[in-house]
Amino acid sequence: MSSSPLWDDNATIEFVSLVSGGQSFCLEITTIREIRRWSAVTPLPYSEDSVLGVMNLRGAVIPIVDLAARLGLGRTDPTARHVIIVVAVHQRTLGLLVDSVSEILTVKGGAIRETPNVRSDDSIRSIRGLLQIEEEMSRIIDLSALLPAEHEDAA
Amino acid sequence: MSDSLRDMFFAECEDLLEALSEGLAAMSDGTHDAETVNAIFRAVHSIKGAAGAFALEDIVSFAHQYETVLDLIRSGQLDPDAEVMRAILRSSDVLADLVDAAQNDRTDRPDAMAPLLEQLTRLADAAPAPIATQPPEPEAVFAPMAAMPLTLAPIVGAESRFRIRFRPERALFDNGHDPLRLLRALSALGELTVDCDLSAIPPLGSFDPEESFLAWDMTLTGDIAEGEIRGVFSFVDGLCTLSVEREDDEAPQSTVPNSPLPQPAATPPGEAETPLVNADPPPDPGGERQPVRAGGAAAANAGPARPTLRVDPERVDRLINTVGELIINQAVIGQKIAALGAEPNSEVMSDLDDYRHLARDIQEGVMAIRAQPVKPLFQRMGRIIREAAEAVGKEVVLETEGEMTEVDKTVVERLADPLTHMVRNAVDHGIEPAALRTERGKPAEGTVRLIAAHRSGHVHIAIADDGGGLDRERILGKAVEKGLVSPEAKLTESEIDNLLFLPGFSTASSITNLSGRGVGMDVVKTAITSLGGRVSISSRPGHGSTFSITLPLTLAVLDGMVVTVGDQTMVLPLYSILETIRPQARNVTPLGRGGHVLSIRGAYVPIVSLAHVLGLASEPFDPTRSIFVLIRADGSQPVALAVEAISDQRQVVIKSLEGNYGRIPGISAATILGDGKIALIVDTDTVVAIAAQTPAVQTIRDKEPDHEQLAALG
Repeated sequence: MSSSPLWDDNATIEFVSLVSGGQSFCLEITTIREIRRWSAVTPLPYSEDSVLGVMNLRGAVIPIVDLAARLGLGRTDPTARHVIIVVAVHQRTLGLLVDSVSEILTVKGGAIRETPNVRSDDSIRSIRGLLQIEEEMSRIIDLSALLPAEHEDAA
Repeated sequence: MSDSLRDMFFAECEDLLEALSEGLAAMSDGTHDAETVNAIFRAVHSIKGAAGAFALEDIVSFAHQYETVLDLIRSGQLDPDAEVMRAILRSSDVLADLVDAAQNDRTDRPDAMAPLLEQLTRLADAAPAPIATQPPEPEAVFAPMAAMPLTLAPIVGAESRFRIRFRPERALFDNGHDPLRLLRALSALGELTVDCDLSAIPPLGSFDPEESFLAWDMTLTGDIAEGEIRGVFSFVDGLCTLSVEREDDEAPQSTVPNSPLPQPAATPPGEAETPLVNADPPPDPGGERQPVRAGGAAAANAGPARPTLRVDPERVDRLINTVGELIINQAVIGQKIAALGAEPNSEVMSDLDDYRHLARDIQEGVMAIRAQPVKPLFQRMGRIIREAAEAVGKEVVLETEGEMTEVDKTVVERLADPLTHMVRNAVDHGIEPAALRTERGKPAEGTVRLIAAHRSGHVHIAIADDGGGLDRERILGKAVEKGLVSPEAKLTESEIDNLLFLPGFSTASSITNLSGRGVGMDVVKTAITSLGGRVSISSRPGHGSTFSITLPLTLAVLDGMVVTVGDQTMVLPLYSILETIRPQARNVTPLGRGGHVLSIRGAYVPIVSLAHVLGLASEPFDPTRSIFVLIRADGSQPVALAVEAISDQRQVVIKSLEGNYGRIPGISAATILGDGKIALIVDTDTVVAIAAQTPAVQTIRDKEPDHEQLAALG
């Protein structure tokens, strides 16, 4: 398997690994603003199932997306043990509901593998690459693929 | 040139154009004093000077001709009669257009430019020869400068001869200017002889290579105004010592009103290094002293002393956001302390009260930063009226009232379009042709009045004309013809007037190029509604019409009613609410499949369940367990919105959802409540529109209406 062309082979990249829908994922650390516990959200009318609602983040109104539901891995039933990862992407801030956050990984760009072209659905399209961590495989999330569906168009 | 310099130039142009129209407005009112004319001249001149630096040829050449005429007025050689006034007013419009075109990188010229240029040239040529009208007053306010050696040469023809001494300071070089360029620019103006003064150069031992030791003595001959010479140096203003003197045998200078100059006078006396902008008048051969000509770059910025601060609007917005947080945070703390069981008159509660007051004060103060007087907006309307009146061949004047009324910047900006439209309408449809006016015993000149005032936490703006008033018969006829109302409908006068706001309504029987392009008053209404405002009409046949606009003071906070919908807390904007009703069961009647109407004082009002429209309800709608909020939606018909409970009425801070999420049908924004929870602010107009397009049955059965329908609602 070839290394992913998206990263420089020699670059050192830090990822935060997390679990969502029972699968292991990771996010580039530079996109993460903060990590907080789940708290109740205000649901939005006419939103996709994966958009749980909006939350008050120190005065900013940010949408919260259920990562597992967004990736088609089934809905998460949020409890106080669940975690919201606040990320910034394309000047938007949004929260991702995940099961748990595990650790920070430091890897070389060369260790990142390209996503094999299996099927083309949301769960694959939003994976930028794969990472082998010991015996397990972690999926690198492509945040721009996760933005809530373009409501500007729909509304 | 870097973009930031360019931006600065255009920002400055905006100010200068504003000063220009302010001065012109004063002149139109009959103020012809030297200071007013000077201010106008300086504004045009500064624009020209700066435009030259950006190689904006159109602006420079136009401003030059404009300036020439203004200079003649300033020197009393041209009488600002009606024709001249019209020309210089129109010229200011063209100049503004040119600046606008340059800013948007367009090169097209305004249509009016060529004829105006011609007219300006004609005016300039027609001006009588200089006459000495005023005795010189050399002692005025000028800072004296060390006397300089003078060699006077006779002058040939109408050419003037200037002695220029230019000594750059170190800062001039630090800022990347090159004296050579300046000298070249000067030589382009006329015949230039340059003499470099090397006397200040120290011995090599103490020579500082970064210091400036050179000075230039120059003589410039040609048909030049002093302002042009100063214009060359306008970009190094303050970075050099500059003196420009005119050497003339005659004394045409004395025709220049020697008005006091604020700029030199304001120069702090202690600063020896400040550039000397005016030289001591040299004795001229005739033994007469001549006043030194004012104006030019150095004095260009001197206007009425009103120190202002230029701040990036984003910073202010950030501040407003933070203050919004402060208010919310104060509410949170208040709720928590109350929950802890503090007595209402306990110390902590009174401290909390102080906190609340302070927070409100800060909020008001911050909001005031964004507030702007409507004056520039009104001035723009003056221009629109001039253009519109010219286009339709009517005589119309603009009267303004309360132009210092301050409104949120965004409101001012977004009012420009609807106001333009209404003002044009007033000129085109409102004001009758002069002949008809005289017949009706009114002055031939029509008047459009723009009035702004603060009233009970709102801004009121009225556009009133003294024209013929609305022709209700024709409006009704047109509405019937277009199928907007049925022929049998009996409408009250005000209902007829409001037909104007219906989409696709335009009364102009012929489409003029002014108004009546199909975009009607409904666009105006939409624009004003989107600002959270209302517009209404009143009209008296034969006496004119008045359009009244009511706007919130700011777009950052909203007066709202806090309601419970489904199990969510939501906010309804107060401006759309007519009344709240707790109905008797007998007042609610089923209508059609799953629909209901509310009987109120003999009228039947459709009921819309907010929870169902927003897809928040899990059960069928039960009108008997609801409270109704009667709202006035976009159409004329009121609608009863069913909610579960009404809990409060308060000001809420508006938080946009569009930045991080996007638009949501039926929701205009969000706010944060005292408990830190988010409440959505309902967009009543779209809610009603969604409800109207969704069959009643469906609102109960399906959680969400068709996405296609939503898309259609935009």
